[in-house]
Amino acid sequence: MRSAHDERTAREGATGLAIETRGLTKVFGRQRAVDGVDLAVPRGTVFGFLGPNGSGKTTTIRMLLGLAAASSGEIRLLDGAMPKDARAVLPRVGALVEGPAIYPFLSGRANLQRFDAADRHTSPSTRNARVDAALERVGLGHAAKKRAHAYSLGMKQRLGIANALLAPRDLLILDEPTNGLDPQGTREVRNLIRSLSDDGTTIFVSSHLLAEVEQMCTMIAVMSAGRLVAQGTLDDLRSQGTARVRITTPDPADARRILSGLGLVPEPHGRDDVVTAELSVPGLQSEAVNAALVRADVRVRGLEVSGASLEDRFVALTGEGFDVAG
Amino acid sequence: MAQVRPARGRRSLGLTLVVSEITVLFRRLRTWAMIGALALIPILIAVVVRVSSDGAASGRGPAFLNSITQNGLFVSLTALTVAIPLFLPLTIGVVAGDTIAGEANLGTLRYLLVAPAGRLRLLLVKYAGAALFCFVATLTVVVTGAIIGALLFPVGPVTLLSGDTVGIPGYFVRLLLLALYVTVSLMGLSAIGLFISTLTTIPVGAMAATAALAAVAQILGALPQLEWLHPWLFTNYWLGFGDLLREPIVWTSFADNALLQFGYIAVFGTLAYGRFSTKDILS
Ligand SMILES: Nc1ncnc2c1ncn2[C@@H]1O[C@H](COP(=O)(O)OP(=O)(O)O)[C@@H](O)[C@H]1O
Ligand SMILES: [Mg+2]
Repeated sequence: MRSAHDERTAREGATGLAIETRGLTKVFGRQRAVDGVDLAVPRGTVFGFLGPNGSGKTTTIRMLLGLAAASSGEIRLLDGAMPKDARAVLPRVGALVEGPAIYPFLSGRANLQRFDAADRHTSPSTRNARVDAALERVGLGHAAKKRAHAYSLGMKQRLGIANALLAPRDLLILDEPTNGLDPQGTREVRNLIRSLSDDGTTIFVSSHLLAEVEQMCTMIAVMSAGRLVAQGTLDDLRSQGTARVRITTPDPADARRILSGLGLVPEPHGRDDVVTAELSVPGLQSEAVNAALVRADVRVRGLEVSGASLEDRFVALTGEGFDVAG
Repeated sequence: MAQVRPARGRRSLGLTLVVSEITVLFRRLRTWAMIGALALIPILIAVVVRVSSDGAASGRGPAFLNSITQNGLFVSLTALTVAIPLFLPLTIGVVAGDTIAGEANLGTLRYLLVAPAGRLRLLLVKYAGAALFCFVATLTVVVTGAIIGALLFPVGPVTLLSGDTVGIPGYFVRLLLLALYVTVSLMGLSAIGLFISTLTTIPVGAMAATAALAAVAQILGALPQLEWLHPWLFTNYWLGFGDLLREPIVWTSFADNALLQFGYIAVFGTLAYGRFSTKDILS
């Protein structure tokens, strides 16, 4: 399921990729939470990491960042191997993992100062300025002195994002960054990601919401039950789905005959004036179907093309409903 | 975009993380609550002795208790003797047990490590913070004792265990040495607490286990049947500070204690690193 884009970036070699994994696997007891994942995230992209709850997104991110050891597989992050080169690589990476974490008894500003102090590569002399800039950037400037335990869920989330922005980064790894945000906050995060991307930062953003990824990302990877089931540009993924045609007609029997003649497989339908079929013949467009029907004097009252939506594709790849993997 | 870029800036020694650790530790209400409780020990002793000063000469009670009415400077010594077996280890259990488990429980551990703090560096910083707390806790008892003793009782030159007399400044030097001795005594327990703290993400569990170990070690130390074991218990020299109250000062127990504590630091520090350096951070 590799697209042309993937093949191209793969040929460009490791330097063209901000994140690259080979056979990345994490076993918890008897469960393969992450199972043979081959990610290829080109530099400069906003890359969506999509998958339902429990599909292994956070576990993958923990391994990328050296928080958890892979059971097997290899990871390259920017120019280094993880976790071996963590000390050189991680200062260039900003991250939000499994939501924000705070010291409730410290102010928002003091929280960020603490995390910044943990990085030996940042300059203490610019710390206060950088912390305040990050707080402003996520819209927390007014609440900087407030104790973090008084922050709302959305404010904590913003603080977590600000932490990822304390220094200029080459790569941002954001695990479900819009969790707990109101629509306004979600839009702000989207804009923030866009502007960071314009500055040349590679952004790897996980989400369980297709709509969100669709609005922000140029490329996506889809996880399902620990496996990577698709990877490529949004357009690639869309084109892999098949459209459906739905015809309303007083002559359903004739319509079915014509569709069969075109190589399609008409499906049974609850209403006897409706005929539906997948547009499963390569190159066959809906207008050709319409023309064939009209030529055979089938009275067509309506013809709709549906599907080929990313939504259908996502559901087809990851399954529907509330069955959480695990 | 694809050029190889070294990490930004020069690497500093990383002392800012030590400063940050100390700041965070001493910005917690809990830390001050413990220090306040420690300060209450000498205050309580001094007030009780003062209020009932006629019946105090019974010869019972903690060491030095009966000297307080003659010289307020003994309040510090009495309070230390009372605090060492129970209350000091309890507070050290809280601080040392919280070091890693507390950060794991808050989830902040993952952000410290991603920063990246470095796992060994973080352990060292955490240990330094716990060690400083030991010193502050001990000093709190000593200083509060000296102040309340001076307020409620007459103070003057002190007769040492060897029968010699030292002036007030000389006595304060000894009290400071004593605070150092007790701090060193608690280093082994701190290392044990640090190790236990790497084993769990539930800080209360690590705190309780650390404090319980201090109790167990003292119980074992009180059983004459286990005499062979006593030199190896980290609590063995906890009350052996009397040698600092002789003239001239006898340093052997200080040295023996330091060596023993160093052994505990080496063993449990190594265990803590062994555990923490490969631990999956999943909180
Ligand atoms: N610490 C853990 N121990 C055991 N299983 C875990 C642990 N963390 C996650 N898992 C399991 O791994 C799977 C993937 O979890 P996760 O990576 O958090 O998914 P996502 O982030 O996509 O929602 C889940 O089935 C979860 O139950
Ligand atoms: Mg997750």
